[in-house]
Amino acid sequence: MLVLALDTATPTLLAGVARWSPGGEVEVLAERAVPSGTRHAELLTPAIRDVLADAGVTLADLGAVVTGLGPGPFTGLRVGIVTAAALADARGLPVLGVCSLDAIGSGARTVVTDARRKEVYWATYAADGARTDGPGVVRPEAAELAGPFAGDPAFADRLGAPVTPAEVTTAGLMRAAAPRLADPALSDGPAAPLVPLYLRRPDATPPTSFKPVTTA
Amino acid sequence: MTEPLVLGFETSCDETGVGLVRGRTLLSDALATSIAEHERFGGVVPEIASRAHLEAMVPTVHRALADAGVRASDVDAVAVTAGPGLTGALLVGLAAAKAYALALDVPLYGVNHLAAHVAVDELQHGALAEPSLALLVSGGHSSLLLVPDLAREVVPLGRTVDDAAGEAFDKVARVLGMPFPGGPPIDRAARDGDGSAIAFPRGLTGPRDAPYDFSFSGLKTAVARWVEARQRAGEPVPVADVAASFQEAVADVLTAKAVRACRDHGVDHLVLGGGVAANSRLRALAEERCAAAGIVLRVPSPRLCTDNGAMVAALGSRLVAAGVAPSAPDLGADSSLPIEVVGVG
Ligand SMILES: [Zn+2]
Repeated sequence: MLVLALDTATPTLLAGVARWSPGGEVEVLAERAVPSGTRHAELLTPAIRDVLADAGVTLADLGAVVTGLGPGPFTGLRVGIVTAAALADARGLPVLGVCSLDAIGSGARTVVTDARRKEVYWATYAADGARTDGPGVVRPEAAELAGPFAGDPAFADRLGAPVTPAEVTTAGLMRAAAPRLADPALSDGPAAPLVPLYLRRPDATPPTSFKPVTTA
Repeated sequence: MTEPLVLGFETSCDETGVGLVRGRTLLSDALATSIAEHERFGGVVPEIASRAHLEAMVPTVHRALADAGVRASDVDAVAVTAGPGLTGALLVGLAAAKAYALALDVPLYGVNHLAAHVAVDELQHGALAEPSLALLVSGGHSSLLLVPDLAREVVPLGRTVDDAAGEAFDKVARVLGMPFPGGPPIDRAARDGDGSAIAFPRGLTGPRDAPYDFSFSGLKTAVARWVEARQRAGEPVPVADVAASFQEAVADVLTAKAVRACRDHGVDHLVLGGGVAANSRLRALAEERCAAAGIVLRVPSPRLCTDNGAMVAALGSRLVAAGVAPSAPDLGADSSLPIEVVGVG
């Protein structure tokens, strides 16, 4: 089965095409990682076109869509999720969401990515790759996170430890989705809605009282 | 030959709108709104709106298709609001529209939200007379536009220099202890009031003021001062008269400037649009003044005056019919998209 994998949880948008076999083998046929900053909405559909062309396939050949659910800066994160949901809906394909941090690096590690506001998104993994803690959002200085670290190296100083540069990959997204891709019920029934891993509530506080316009 | 079927997406503020239009025929207009989630904040919270758009998107598309009795594969073109609006909210609709266009292999038109408010009237009243004048008033915009060719040329004549008209309604409603959004409760309260009871100021109506620009900030403050002075004096506030007099001031300025713009530009058709166009006093005064001036007034039904997906599909349909080129694959959202840009290249 051919799978389209997407992620917009970090400043690098990712689109990949992989072949998944029922035995669990994954072959990445094509991948585009575009350093797009805050331009995910502009560049994601062109990247999908490109990666399908690179792989020599069309949307009609796909059997599923996998997308990162974050955590990541909200505005960009939603671009990838709604794109995956809409593509899958229009083509009648199952769509699976995975934690984007699961798709960064491999083995025993703590993944850190930029959460802005001087914080990191993080998750910790055991040697077999299973997530043991997180995902969470925290100030790196305040956190008692254990290395080795993988992800955004800009946080090495504040973590007081080196961070092996690593980004979301198609292989990583496929690895995270593998158990559910193997589910025989995958193509049955309506897909579960994709719920982003926001980890933060919206910034808004209800006014407790409204100030008079005039000063008495 | 049947006319093209256009699927339209609108997410510039708190309404998730998905509509289907064939030619100038409205087929469906599915809407999800997050307005109730914003009420306790007294205004639209962009992040809450964006989250709601994402949740509502695919179900709203399904509703639009079911209501129209068509399949996604029948769609010939996709249109989406590219701006102006809240960036995070716009991007949800934009990304969805781009994905549906890609998946259905049809052209995509990124369009201007304000021009879409004008286009929607074609679904109810047929082809727009060109040139027309358009007065668009809502919580997000207050604009006077000259429309020589809706598909290609829209000229801004005036706009608010401070608050949008709808914002003034929200703030005055708050002063009077009414819920958000303020338009409907003020309209209701004003029915029992006297619009000439209190002489509230008419902003930017002096001889040297910009003839087509609006200002509602001074009016809003004047209403608040008037009400607070009463409260401090321990006197009852005549809510109905305050609401009616405030509403009169807004409707007076809007319609006077719109009629003047029609006269100055030799235009005899005026289109109203935006949520505030649902206001009963604005509609009545516009009818009265247009009739007196020999201007044909066109006002869509209140449901189509507020933000919706059908208006975007209507403008997309107009662009398709006019042979305008679709948007580039790297189409983005522009929170302050200039009104002169009807369809984004
Ligand atoms: Zn609007």
